[in-house]
Amino acid sequence: MSQPDSAVADAQGGAATESLAALAKRHGLRRAIARPSLPFYVGQLWARRHFVLKYATSRNVSKYSQSMLGQLWQLLTPLLNAGVYYLMFGVILDQKKDISNYTAFLITGVFIFTFTQRTVSGGAKSISNNLSLIRALHFPRAALPLAYAVQELQQLLWSMLVLIGIVVLTGEPITLYWLLIPVALVLQLTFNIGASLFMARVGAFARDMNQLLPFIMRTWLYASGVFFSIPDRVADLPESLAFVQYIMELNPAAAYIELMRDLLIQSHTPPQWAWTTAIFWAVFALVIGFWYFWRAEERYGRG
Amino acid sequence: MAMERVWPLTAEEQEATTKPSAAGTPTVIVDDLHIVYKVYGATSAEEKGNAATALLRLVKRQGRPQMREVHAVKGVSFVARHGDAIGIIGRNGSGKSTLLRAIAGLLPPHSGAVYTDGQPSLLGVNAALMKELTGERNITLGCYAMGMTPSEVRAKYDEIVDFSGIGEFVQFPMSTYSSGMGARLRFAIASAKVHDVLLIDEALATGDREFRKRSQKRIMQMRESAGTVFLVAHNLDVIEETCNRVIWLHKGKIKMDGDPAEVIGAYNKA
Repeated sequence: MSQPDSAVADAQGGAATESLAALAKRHGLRRAIARPSLPFYVGQLWARRHFVLKYATSRNVSKYSQSMLGQLWQLLTPLLNAGVYYLMFGVILDQKKDISNYTAFLITGVFIFTFTQRTVSGGAKSISNNLSLIRALHFPRAALPLAYAVQELQQLLWSMLVLIGIVVLTGEPITLYWLLIPVALVLQLTFNIGASLFMARVGAFARDMNQLLPFIMRTWLYASGVFFSIPDRVADLPESLAFVQYIMELNPAAAYIELMRDLLIQSHTPPQWAWTTAIFWAVFALVIGFWYFWRAEERYGRG
Repeated sequence: MAMERVWPLTAEEQEATTKPSAAGTPTVIVDDLHIVYKVYGATSAEEKGNAATALLRLVKRQGRPQMREVHAVKGVSFVARHGDAIGIIGRNGSGKSTLLRAIAGLLPPHSGAVYTDGQPSLLGVNAALMKELTGERNITLGCYAMGMTPSEVRAKYDEIVDFSGIGEFVQFPMSTYSSGMGARLRFAIASAKVHDVLLIDEALATGDREFRKRSQKRIMQMRESAGTVFLVAHNLDVIEETCNRVIWLHKGKIKMDGDPAEVIGAYNKA
């Protein structure tokens, strides 16, 4: 300690014998660092909704601001992605033989999976990439992973436009089921936010996570039935391994993909429990993810 | 934390109201504060950052050597009161910015404590801004980041543009601004909000003389409405003109604390 308390108090002309802690108490000053209660935290987050939206939009705008075609890339990126995947899996590897309308099947899988994958990866980096922001301003930290999720949602809406175009072009009829598309997307978004909040805390403290994440994501991609149909793939397994199919279908990413294929492609039959699985994962991920993230609120950016 | 706020009027408190007190009531009390933070990726000269040595360290169970601890603030104590404008001076690396962040509640104390009245805010919106975006978008983004509402932003927008003096450049990306223009816009955005306790870190380092005068005036206004202003700057003239008290930090400790002319005089001699 460079100066004794009493000397400081003397210099201030206050009571010479009083400790600084007592002085603080007497004037009702409080310590700055504390975690707000969960309901209060939700309120704080709601108050920052404009920031979340603006931050998400700004990130999307700035992402393409250097390119000549600018915001057109929001549409071009999913189109090119669809083209590349079709070339690889539809033409070169020729996966399409057993699946009717493989083009729509594949592109739906790729776009829906990309939405979850990008949101979760973004969430994992949202704290460590914004340390200077966290260290300069007070705001509920969950605003950052949320903003990343909103950013990906904006991107997804463009992808959905492309997807719907492809689906119609490949001869699928427009049905009343399409009214359920927003419902399916909201469920997926809810799951994405929860998973992204969870990964945001993991990524903030386990820094090696960001190196590991691409591998986890790729494994997830291959296991989620993006390129193949899960029942077809496990059909050859012996009776004793039949449970593998159920495990694969319990995978949240697979559930959201199957849900969307069910809505968009007439000939597609989804697994029995697709809606139940989708709803369960949305609620479970959001509750656990939000709670887990909030528990470390006061420690972000403090490493 | 609610417990600490609701403080019953004790005998001691009643007695306190009759005591002769100094200029104002305390707004910030820093009590024997120590700040230690970890730095990742720091390597010393002999360590080479290749994969083989990293593996060797893992095998030898040496933990993470690229993580260093920095003891930036070492036992600082002072009391700031209403109406104070406190300048903090010291060399690079003396812990000035760290101290401000600790007062703002953005860095946890290693030991000791910071007691505050309300939420001190750091005048630093820079981190929220994106240089690829236009000044216009950045104004909105920065204001939202500080917690303003859309109607508050609309009300303040013209004032921010006027104060920054960037004129039609507000429609251009910030990457096209000169460093002075950027600094002016950042200060204009950051100072648009009303703060209880205001912490200013090197905001006046850039910008021309005319702008410096205007921003000094703005700081004076903020000091009147805020109660307490902390100012970190390398430019000692700014400190001497703006502050009524100066704290000199040296290697994380307070070397001197008192009247601006006196402290700055001693600092210049050192």
